[in-house]
Amino acid sequence: MSFTFDLNTIWFMLVGVLFIGYAILDGFDLGVGTLHLFTKSDTERRLMINSIGPVWDGNEVWLVTGGGALFAAFPEVYATSFSGFYVAMMFLLVGLIFRAVAIEFRSKQESKTWRQFWDISFSASSIISALLIGVALGNIAWGIPLDSNHEFIGTFWGLLHPYALIVGVTTVALFMMHGAIYVVLKTEGELQSKVRGWINNTIIFFIISYAITTMATLLYVPQMSANIQANPWLFVVPLLNMLAIANIPREIHHRREFRAFLSSCASVLLLLALFGIEMYPNLILSNPVIANSLTIYNAASSQKTLWIMLVIAILGMPLVLAYTSSIYWVFRGKVKLDESSY
Amino acid sequence: MDYELLSRIQFGYTVGFHYIFPPLSIGLGLFLVIMEGTYLKTKNELYHQMTRFWVKIFGLIFALGVASGIVMEFQFGTNWATYSRFVGDVFGSALAAEGIFAFFLESGFLAILLFGWDKVKPRTHFFATIMVAFGAHFSAIWIVVANSWQQTPAGHHIVETANGVRAEIVDFWQVVFNPSFLDRISHVYMGAWQAGAFFVLSVSAFYLLRKKHIDFAKASMKIAIVIALFSSVFQLITGHWSADTVAETQPAKLAAFEGHYPAEAPAGAYLFGWVDEENEDVTGLEIPGLLSFLVHWDTDEPVTGLQAFSKEDRPPVNLVFQSYHIMVSIGMLLIALSVIGIIGWRTGILFTNRKLLWIFVFSVLLPQIANQLGWFSAEVGRQPWIVYGLLRTKDALSVSIGEGHVWLSMALFTFIYILLFILFIYLLNEKIQHGPVETKAKKEGGRS
Ligand code: HDD
Ligand code: HEM
Ligand code: HEM
Repeated sequence: MSFTFDLNTIWFMLVGVLFIGYAILDGFDLGVGTLHLFTKSDTERRLMINSIGPVWDGNEVWLVTGGGALFAAFPEVYATSFSGFYVAMMFLLVGLIFRAVAIEFRSKQESKTWRQFWDISFSASSIISALLIGVALGNIAWGIPLDSNHEFIGTFWGLLHPYALIVGVTTVALFMMHGAIYVVLKTEGELQSKVRGWINNTIIFFIISYAITTMATLLYVPQMSANIQANPWLFVVPLLNMLAIANIPREIHHRREFRAFLSSCASVLLLLALFGIEMYPNLILSNPVIANSLTIYNAASSQKTLWIMLVIAILGMPLVLAYTSSIYWVFRGKVKLDESSY
Repeated sequence: MDYELLSRIQFGYTVGFHYIFPPLSIGLGLFLVIMEGTYLKTKNELYHQMTRFWVKIFGLIFALGVASGIVMEFQFGTNWATYSRFVGDVFGSALAAEGIFAFFLESGFLAILLFGWDKVKPRTHFFATIMVAFGAHFSAIWIVVANSWQQTPAGHHIVETANGVRAEIVDFWQVVFNPSFLDRISHVYMGAWQAGAFFVLSVSAFYLLRKKHIDFAKASMKIAIVIALFSSVFQLITGHWSADTVAETQPAKLAAFEGHYPAEAPAGAYLFGWVDEENEDVTGLEIPGLLSFLVHWDTDEPVTGLQAFSKEDRPPVNLVFQSYHIMVSIGMLLIALSVIGIIGWRTGILFTNRKLLWIFVFSVLLPQIANQLGWFSAEVGRQPWIVYGLLRTKDALSVSIGEGHVWLSMALFTFIYILLFILFIYLLNEKIQHGPVETKAKKEGGRS
């Protein structure tokens, strides 16, 4: 890899920042969804949903904006991947729609069947969304068949190969762990001790699937370790990642939930950073014809647009960070159910 | 059905479904700011109760707007990949700006609006309300910039790249302030305010008919009728501006609005009519010279007609004609209703006359229909171009998918949207039946 610090690279990083922001933030609320059905009583389930109540919509905006930024900065990637992954995208959309309305509708009726239906929708759609996001990442790393016009020439079933599925499962596991820690942070009493008991299982689940992904990557996807092989100092990233993961059980053991949560955020960040480093400067790998890959150069908008977008980002990002952090500040502390809760 | 038509239908009805909700959020947003502001100023508990009730309704509408909006954000890439490659350089920035500037603002402060009553001071809450309303208005700006640019492209040049031909930005501000943007955004805002105002009028009229929550309903109605009158009158004016711009920039569309065929001849305007596209003829009630007058201030001046365009450059005429005429008729009807409402308020019959109240109960549908048909006129009237004069709709589709894919996604969306719409109406009805809750004033500024 030869690294040049130009506008295209800056946009590679900025789009990365948006997707990492999405994974960290929506990661925990998707995670809460994956765990939702393990809780049993109605109050517990309401607490689960209300722990993400005020923030899930804002978290999802990271995805929406990431998509917009991809459209603007790398329109070829937006067009190729969204149309190439058509069926998967449609299921992801269905998942995201059901999640949004399940959260909104669930507690609006007393009826048991009503709540049961939305509980299942909420959980199933969270799992499916997480899985599909992971499968998409897996495919991007493995490479998808593209022709010389950058059009996808494979099939939907072709996207469901074992490697992509393993990455999908790993993503679900990661979000489960991340979500469990979040719930422990945001709740108290019985629910908290129950979920605390699950954390170790989620960590084990994650570490096993992560180990399998890593092995598979090293054995079958050599291009995904080439950059670090060429630049050994980058090895600190996977190293820090291991440390962040290992730190989680320790913090949980000492009941420092906030620190455990930060560790978990760090591991999401580092995992995706690793992914980004290995992809650079490719955005979508073409497999088998490598020459048709989309890179940050052949997929980008004009330099002029990248400049304009940079100005927009410089003006916008501080605002975004300011209100994201103030919202989290206003809603800090343990969730309580009141009349405006879901 | 062919792939192109299917894809157009899918885009049309998914965006149409989305567009049920944003006008209500924008319109109610304005309304919430006025109510909560009045409450903070007067400390009158009634306005507090009103704000809390309408905020709940707002939350429900907003959730559906979000759920349906995500589909739109992805759909350019999934179904219109070639178009995305062509416009991305120009138009992607508008979409990204919408996310960064507007959606984050809206979704963040919405949390405080909905869940923050006990967590922040009343003034901070009011600030959040203002920000949510502002965010809703702001998000409309960016998406309408994108749409207006593809109606009246400006500030770009066409470049041959390794990936094919595409439009690239030359001047950002020209892209934003393209020739139809200001007309369109003001028309869209007024349409949204009408949607909000008539929604409030409808619910309040219903309470008055049921003799429930009388004070609440009257106070809500008074605010709403003023907004209704203002926006309905301005809707006519902004609509006229839009028509002028269309005459200048998209003459084929204007000709389709009025079914005007002769290449160059003075033109009338129809109150209603039916276009016989075979024989290029319109039957209906025509006011001679009116279109010429509206466009040129002179009844004898010629207006370019459809025959000046070859057949493959014309939009579907009757469809556009009908949607346009129904929109305009509804516009006139809404002005009349608002005037009657104001007079009724002054003379006192507005709150008691049952017939009038029933009319207001159902009036909520009118701005909704007009909003949908307005987009229909603008978008179908733009055909066969997807980017006017630059890219044809048939050349803009995704290459890597086909009919089967679109059938699958249409089946999914149809199922989901029907389900969501039924549930939305059901829950909205429950909330309305349940009505506002009496709140108890508390010492410091009535936090509850
Ligand atoms: C930024 C772009 C944009 C925006 C803000 C809108 N549209 Fe649009 N619309 C398109 C971009 C577009 C498009 C991608 O350009 C389509 C797809 C196929 C076509 O010809 O144009 C389109 C087509 C299209 C069609 C089908 C027309 C046809 O194929 O004959 C309808 C009925 C609408 N739209 C309706 C709407 C509504 C109700 C909107 C309000 C929210 C709206 N559009 C906003
Ligand atoms: C094809 C065009 C459109 C796209 C791609 C689109 C995209 C979106 C997305 C992704 C959201 C959800 C944001 C969130 O998660 O918070 C949303 C919501 C919203 N959109 Fe759209 N939108 C389109 C058309 C419009 C139009 C024409 C308007 C207004 C004139 C509008 C106004 C809004 C508003 C106010 C919201 C907030 C939710 C609500 O109020 O219902 N959108 N839109
Ligand atoms: C009062 C008479 C009205 C006139 C003369 C009028 C005129 C127009 C014209 C000429 C267009 C096409 C603009 C274009 O293609 O560039 C348009 C579009 C539209 N109209 Fe109207 N309109 C009227 C009433 C209404 C009403 C009452 C509503 C809704 C409450 C409405 C909502 C819309 C919408 C949403 C659009 C599409 C957005 C746009 O292109 O601006 N209109 N109108």
